[in-house]
Amino acid sequence: MFTLAAQLRAMGVLGINARNADYTLAHNPRRLYPLVDDKFQTKQMALKAGIPVPELYGVVEREVQVRGMHGILEKPEGFVIKPAHGSGGDGVVVIAGLHRGRYRTITGNFYTPPELDHHVYNVLSGLYSLAGQPDQALIEYRVQFDPVFDEVSYKGVPDIRVVVFLGVPVMAMVRLPTRMSEGKANLHLGGLGAGIDLTTGTTLSAVCRNERVEEHPDTGACISGLTIPQWETILDMAAACCDLSGLGYLGVDIVLDKFRGPLLLELNARPGLGIQIANGQGLLTRLHLVEQHRPALTSREERIAFARGRFGVKAGAAG
Amino acid sequence: MSKRHLYILTAVLAVLGLSLFLYKVRVLDMPLTPGQERDVWTVEARVTFEAKGEPVRLSLLLPRSNPRFTILNDAFISPGYGLSTSADFWNRQAIWTIRQARGLQTVYYRAEARRLVRPGPPRKEKPPEPPQSNLEGPELAAGRALLQEVQRKSADTESLVLELVKYLHLPQPDDNLKFLLKNRPDEADRVELAVEILALAGVPAYSVHGLRLRESRERLRIIHWLAVYDRDRWRPFDFATPRTGVPPDYLPWWRGPGSVARIRGGERLQTTFSASVDQEASIRLEREGRAYQPALIRFSLFSLPIHTQQVYRVLLMVPVGAFLLVILRNVIGLSTFGTFMPVLIALAFRETRLLHGIVLFSLLVGLGLLVRFYLEQLKLLLVPRLAAILIVVVLLMVFVSIVMNRLGIQQGLSIALFPMVIITMTIERMTIVWEERGPGEALKQGLGSLLAAAATYTLIHNRQIQHLFFVFPELLLLVLAATLLLGRYTGYRLFELYRFRALLKGGS
Repeated sequence: MFTLAAQLRAMGVLGINARNADYTLAHNPRRLYPLVDDKFQTKQMALKAGIPVPELYGVVEREVQVRGMHGILEKPEGFVIKPAHGSGGDGVVVIAGLHRGRYRTITGNFYTPPELDHHVYNVLSGLYSLAGQPDQALIEYRVQFDPVFDEVSYKGVPDIRVVVFLGVPVMAMVRLPTRMSEGKANLHLGGLGAGIDLTTGTTLSAVCRNERVEEHPDTGACISGLTIPQWETILDMAAACCDLSGLGYLGVDIVLDKFRGPLLLELNARPGLGIQIANGQGLLTRLHLVEQHRPALTSREERIAFARGRFGVKAGAAG
Repeated sequence: MSKRHLYILTAVLAVLGLSLFLYKVRVLDMPLTPGQERDVWTVEARVTFEAKGEPVRLSLLLPRSNPRFTILNDAFISPGYGLSTSADFWNRQAIWTIRQARGLQTVYYRAEARRLVRPGPPRKEKPPEPPQSNLEGPELAAGRALLQEVQRKSADTESLVLELVKYLHLPQPDDNLKFLLKNRPDEADRVELAVEILALAGVPAYSVHGLRLRESRERLRIIHWLAVYDRDRWRPFDFATPRTGVPPDYLPWWRGPGSVARIRGGERLQTTFSASVDQEASIRLEREGRAYQPALIRFSLFSLPIHTQQVYRVLLMVPVGAFLLVILRNVIGLSTFGTFMPVLIALAFRETRLLHGIVLFSLLVGLGLLVRFYLEQLKLLLVPRLAAILIVVVLLMVFVSIVMNRLGIQQGLSIALFPMVIITMTIERMTIVWEERGPGEALKQGLGSLLAAAATYTLIHNRQIQHLFFVFPELLLLVLAATLLLGRYTGYRLFELYRFRALLKGGS
């Protein structure tokens, strides 16, 4: 048991206690949390800074507005309902479109309008919010995802998670929905996480339910070796979010839209640790490296260049 | 910098706690283990009544020193009342009086009962006056018939008393006995009847009422026995089980017929008794003759009323349980519903015991889940839904209690002590996890909670640990120091080793 712990430490694996004590508590001031915990605020902040986000159709704040919301739901390409204070993908419903008066989700389930109302009521009463306080429901554009991941996702929207430390991207993965995760890309729901080579933006092998996999369990396609388009832009967006939010240790979730390119989905002040398994690498070594070199890196370009230089597969062995 | 701050703080706390602890152990000789020879007890009578706004006169019979116990340090707590005490052959008595009182009144009597290590045999005493029986008319005839029956089977006074006690406890009493007891199968009536029958036989006797000194959080029941004049001495006879003599832990409180407390000017009179081992006095006993009493002893938890002491015995274990949870969650990585829910559940298990507690808790949560899944279809808003579950939980508790009582399972009654709000929140959270993360995750967290509750239960119901924290509350400073240190524990959790083991396989 102790040898196992020593081996993990040697690999620089970050544990949850160390993440909380040394990174989130130390670098993320509590007063900045509302900015990332409230997706509505995040969106507005991003828009002001010129970072592209999925278009917001409407916000439901009170129970009386629920009946009126169906007017804005008649979008041919569907829509997404999510709680503004949700965490870990809970409470997110992705509707592909209307079908004979019922809403069809991307996984093929149906919601009648009253059922969808009930879901929104639940969101408003705080069922999915972090502390159970009353919440808002955001209705927004459903991302038409880029065909690059067509082969390796089962319905749903694949997204890219970049962990940024002190403005330097340190690790990234792409999260792929599976049948098990019901179209959601979150790892704990059974989604697939594939590590990304920060230098080139190509995918490495993947992890599903804490186990390493090479092929997508539903489509059978090989996961590694895919090159993510606009990788430079994605890294730049992630680093910019870190500057904007003021949080030192941040998870940035980005989706690739077919037409609009990378869009910022949400920020996370307590990003999960599964990304280490997806990359087959510990975070700690990289974090230490950033702590050492951060004072020398002034501009955002320098920080990204540093990340691409040090945190690729080839550099990985050295770093 | 903040780390050094933490280390200094924890070091100060630990040194403070440890030095107080060591001082009490080494210098004050306070016992490290719960006492075996429970020689000094604090006994307490609590009298409550409803005053009617008239002059009140309350009398309470008090225990007195006897060959087996010395009664010391009478204390009366009765704000506003006048107090006088008197004594006669039978009893000591305290009388409280007040010109006017209204509403619920409470007075306390507390004393120290010190058991004599080597009680001598009963003293030789002059024979008392030949007793007079109070039985008359048909009762006298029934009593005579009863006496004849018993005398037939006995040889001397001792066997007469034993036969009589046995006769009075027959499961199917004959007509004489039924008539004399007037269908009141009460121990107090039986023991008075025995005195009357013995008077018919010319044997002097009186009834004794008292407590069996046992450490218990419940109120003590009054027990009864007989004192019979036989061969120049007053000798005790146990009454519930016919035998000569009484166990050494029987503390006599009052003698003769009549109740312990009487009231004029009030109603709904109630007297409750409690007792606990007085460790402070046991310690004082050791130190007797030394010149001073250290403030540490005078200001300890032992200076509180017994009932408050019992409450603190439990309360002091809550931090210990919380500390265990810190370890279970942050070092081992067990996931539970709610942060301190397992501690509250463990406290509830005190009444049910572990096994029954787990069964009842699972039963309640299981039934609650079924109802919750049904409610899901009705699409209720959050707060009304929680209230509905709460109502259902209380109904289920009533139902389980009644069914278990019918089946003769005593433990079913203690379900009433379960924290119902906690159970409600557990049911709600479990449903959410069930729907969002699947049944596996919900069951995992449920089992984790139960496991944590069981572990907490075993820890906080350990007599040794309870004793240590009650006698040495400063140990909590050590617990605090350890908790603060764990607050900066950045090592892996035990379950994380399992989670990240895929990294080791494929990583390097």
